[in-house]
Amino acid sequence: MKLRWLIAGLAAVAVAMVAGLALGPLRLPPVAVALELLHLHSGLTPREAAVVTELRLPRVVLALLVGATLALAGGCYQGVFRNPLADPYLLGVAAGAGLGATVAIAFTSKGGAAVPPAAFAGALVAVVLTYLLGAAGTRYRTPATLILAGVAVTSFLTAVQTYLQQRNAETIREVYSWLFGRLGTAGWHDVLLLLPYAAVSTAVIVAHGRSLDVLAVGDEEAASLGANPKRTRYILIVAASLATAAAVAVSGLIAFVGIIVPHTVRLLAGTSYRAILPLSALFGGAFLALADLAARLVLAPAEVPIGVVTALLGAPFFIVVMRTVRRGSV
Amino acid sequence: MSARSVTVALDDRTVLRGADLDVGAGEWVTIIGPNGAGKSTLLRAVGGLLPFTGSIELFGTPITGLRRRERARLVATVPQQPTVPPGIAVLDYVLLGRTPYIPTLGRESRSDLEVVHGVLERLDLTGFAPRPLERLSGGERQRVFLARALAQGATLLLLDEPTAALDIGHQQEVLELVDELRRDRGLTVLTTMHDLSVAGEYADRLVLLAGGRIAAAGKPAEVLTEENLATHYGARVRVIPGEHGPLVVPVRS
Ligand SMILES: Nc1ncnc2c1ncn2[C@@H]1O[C@H](COP(=O)(O)OP(=O)(O)O)[C@@H](O)[C@H]1O
Ligand SMILES: [Mg+2]
Repeated sequence: MKLRWLIAGLAAVAVAMVAGLALGPLRLPPVAVALELLHLHSGLTPREAAVVTELRLPRVVLALLVGATLALAGGCYQGVFRNPLADPYLLGVAAGAGLGATVAIAFTSKGGAAVPPAAFAGALVAVVLTYLLGAAGTRYRTPATLILAGVAVTSFLTAVQTYLQQRNAETIREVYSWLFGRLGTAGWHDVLLLLPYAAVSTAVIVAHGRSLDVLAVGDEEAASLGANPKRTRYILIVAASLATAAAVAVSGLIAFVGIIVPHTVRLLAGTSYRAILPLSALFGGAFLALADLAARLVLAPAEVPIGVVTALLGAPFFIVVMRTVRRGSV
Repeated sequence: MSARSVTVALDDRTVLRGADLDVGAGEWVTIIGPNGAGKSTLLRAVGGLLPFTGSIELFGTPITGLRRRERARLVATVPQQPTVPPGIAVLDYVLLGRTPYIPTLGRESRSDLEVVHGVLERLDLTGFAPRPLERLSGGERQRVFLARALAQGATLLLLDEPTAALDIGHQQEVLELVDELRRDRGLTVLTTMHDLSVAGEYADRLVLLAGGRIAAAGKPAEVLTEENLATHYGARVRVIPGEHGPLVVPVRS
């Protein structure tokens, strides 16, 4: 991996972090914020310091983690399925999480607190279902059967979710606000929930960068080179699905991060997954932290749902990328 | 390499029936046969890439008993149409050949890079190392595919129609190269080929495959007979004795 891209990625994370901490209803000098982060003498008042470290920091860190997880999982699925348009919600994660969240909102009195575990459980059930339908039972398993199973599971679970929503009309608003993604009501709690999954999955996925490069020549050639494509794919699907499920559980559905970030990285830094994976994590984190900043600032004091911001930025961007990329390389 | 009554069924169809095949160390054997005869299938079975019944041994060891990585150090395959990952540079592509020596979660060592640079130099590809593989010409690409197989350090080379996409000059260039490498490095070569005259020129022995069975095997002059080609290809040909092997010329009746 080219060192300069790694440095650029780290710089992007640092910039996004400082901007996210400095800007808001209370504007603070970025340099002072950076010093405060490093536990140096910053000149901020105790109240300002509290805004930075207690109010904004958990949210910025959560944005970094969720963005990194989604972008990494997206890049991973794209390698596993040899399809540059695969996204982290491919195998039914989104629909499963959506159903889980709807059930929690409609049927429990706890509301908000029950959503993350229910969404997480729903996402995992959906992925397992997809895997059972797509991989087991059929004699000729190909990556494509798994994707088709994901489509079927998504349709089915979405239908169930819609039915539940209709039956419990008063929940629709809450369900939708969750579906469009939200970051940061819960302080460090959500960060701690996501962190173990994000850390383990990131380690596993980044370590498989070379394996994904080998997989790029197709299963049969990869096997002739001594690789084990099935096992690699299985491990990576589990890692990426767990991470996505955890991210969705704490943040709802945030569209496009998992496609546009790895895609852009691929255009800039080349097509080796050894570069794509770590760089996607860094730029994905930075991108989501900045998108969250935009979500907070554009209509302040009101907030735009973060999923709306990423979709508004992502969809046009995606079209531009599609049109500029040389034919044949996608 | 030695195969005994190898049978392969794909999609419930028996594609290969009871094939016996022996290739001695350092030998060049070429499989010929009409389209769909099962040539590629036999090669894939020998490479351990397909489930089969019967037995295939490499240097005395059944291939089903080899671990993937061990097998990949003994046999290298260049398929009929290798996949070219978008954007990959020639150097990185050839480096894929070192996969059986690189730990699953590790990275290439200095010695892997040395091997790759040695192979690139041997095949006159050093100048191509940073270039995207997809932008090379057919002949250059075929050399790169060969380079990846050589980087595997395997002694048995399986080449599926290595010259199918090449013009006559590049065909000779690639086959001469394979023959030189075979002698320099003591490789054993098993290929499939379309052009019968060319097949006869380069191979020590030919195996004629038809309808999934081995119809004839032996020295080129024994296999490339007008009668064999009429029976199994439905072709009218004249066979003219040549310097290195018989020349097959299609004729109208
Ligand atoms: N994956 C497959 N599934 C089913 N049939 C196959 C498959 N691959 C090849 N075949 C069939 O096996 C036969 C032999 O194929 P192949 O070995 O590719 O022939 P050749 O290389 O001699 O042209 C053909 O009839 C082909 O249709
Ligand atoms: Mg063939």
